[in-house]
Amino acid sequence: MRRSPVLVYCTLIAAIAFSAFPLYWLFVVATRTNDVVGDWPPPLLPGDNLGDNIARLFAAEQANFLTGLINSSIASVVVTVSVVFFSSLAGFAFAKLKFRGRNALLVIILATMMIPVQMGIIPLYMIMVELGWQNELQAVIVPFLVSAFGVFLMRQYAERAVPDELLEAARVDGCNTFRIYWTVVLPALRPGAAVLGLFTFMATWNEFLWPLAVLEADNPTVQFSLRQLSTTYYTDYTLMFTGALVATLPLLLVFIMFGKQIVGGIMEGAVKA
Amino acid sequence: MTDLRPRTAERTGKNSDVTPPPRRRLGDFLGRMDAKWSPYLFVAPFFVIFGIFGLFPLGYTAWVSLHKWSMGGSGTFIGFENYVELFDDPDFWNATINTLGMLVLATVPQLLIALVLASLLNHGLRGLTILRVGVLLPIVTSVAAVGIVFSQIYARDVGMVNGMLGLIGVDAVDWRADKWSSWIAISTMVNWRWTGYNALIYLAAMQSIPRDLYEAATVDGASRIRQFWNITVPMIRPAIIFTVIMSTIAGMQLFTEPLIFGQGSYAISGGSLRQFQTLSMYMFEKAFRDFEYGYGSAVAWMIFVLIMLLALINFLIMRKGK
Repeated sequence: MRRSPVLVYCTLIAAIAFSAFPLYWLFVVATRTNDVVGDWPPPLLPGDNLGDNIARLFAAEQANFLTGLINSSIASVVVTVSVVFFSSLAGFAFAKLKFRGRNALLVIILATMMIPVQMGIIPLYMIMVELGWQNELQAVIVPFLVSAFGVFLMRQYAERAVPDELLEAARVDGCNTFRIYWTVVLPALRPGAAVLGLFTFMATWNEFLWPLAVLEADNPTVQFSLRQLSTTYYTDYTLMFTGALVATLPLLLVFIMFGKQIVGGIMEGAVKA
Repeated sequence: MTDLRPRTAERTGKNSDVTPPPRRRLGDFLGRMDAKWSPYLFVAPFFVIFGIFGLFPLGYTAWVSLHKWSMGGSGTFIGFENYVELFDDPDFWNATINTLGMLVLATVPQLLIALVLASLLNHGLRGLTILRVGVLLPIVTSVAAVGIVFSQIYARDVGMVNGMLGLIGVDAVDWRADKWSSWIAISTMVNWRWTGYNALIYLAAMQSIPRDLYEAATVDGASRIRQFWNITVPMIRPAIIFTVIMSTIAGMQLFTEPLIFGQGSYAISGGSLRQFQTLSMYMFEKAFRDFEYGYGSAVAWMIFVLIMLLALINFLIMRKGK
């Protein structure tokens, strides 16, 4: 199946340019001043105003951007560590240990994977009111400490990546089950766990609807701060774009470092799920 | 899958016969307890947390939807009255149509372009990793950031889209003002964000198609386009079904993009005339702005029912096509 490689490359490069352009534009506007943003033709090269814009961003009263950044960092790290730990633990149990009710429990996980989170958001809010967690950071952490998708993914991975002989050898050496998990299984699961971790981090960082429901503007996540910018300063494009840039940067860094693994993870895991 | 667990536990027991450790009996006992209860301990944290914050709210939504329930107090049971009211509510139907409209505009181009991209990427070209990472850039960008960038690109007075339309002599469009234009703007964001991801899923599926199928088809004189439709597409069917269902579920919950696009005080109602309010936004408005928990829960259930319906339709179409 040969096509003209030139044509193929051109199409692909166009596609990538289309993918990258909005991000580039995000950067350009964030380095400019407001009076040139609407010019035609648009300014296509970065300016030198990024520092000023960042200063304005952190000074913008309605957005509480610094609080947002700190809150999102804490929430994303805690949720990621917790999801990876509990998912690999449960995934290992489902893949390699035999116990009564295993299949029934697995079916529950599979069935709930497809149900949208938004479905339960109103009762979830009521629970937070009961617990007194409105506008508290734990409200955006605790409900997400485990993930059905994560357990399923780790189970699939454990079935392939953890050889039974290894488990048996560890057992003969007198390891109890948790030690086997910690010293044998977890290292074997590392590549899969890395992908799960990256996706969880991105998802938590990007979470939007729930923080908007349960938090207030004085204690936001970074996405909530962006929303504040877009409601209060919606004519101030450079300010909004600088916020969007700062909010995207951590994810971009993660992606540049682990892009290959993420691509591999999607290509390996996606269809089998 | 082999289950070694019980057998290995026995073996540990036998081993201790050979070299008796101190407190052998206690060791045996602990070993058996470990074998029996460890699996439950390992899955318990998931089920406890998920039960409280995942499953319980899901079921409770149904219960709340049968009540007149506002902030603070507990609800009054009113049976299906919320649903009756909902079926008479023009805002609900408006949101339903908006959601379905944007679902089509966002899903169809996305999957078609992804299919083409994937078949181009499936050529064993040089520099493939960079290309793959490149098409994935959009899903790394946070949704709210996407919303902000595209809202500016589609702005009436300063936006690039209107600038380009101006070049070919088209008057500036107020993209927020009408249904069709706001749907296009919002769908662009979704398409932009997810096309690359879907392309990678298709690519993964395409790479497992045996090469000799294509060789045989070439010998038989089938054109490349025919090969694409008669070999590639049927062979990656499971991947297509997967992406259609995932995009449908995501599309039915569309929230962030239209909300950011809305800007200002009309944001949650999707424009001054609700021209781009989605079902999720309507649910949010009812539950968290008007504090009508019962009514909001009824909307949530309708979203769920619609998702199930669409999944069923997808499934039937796919089965028929087979």
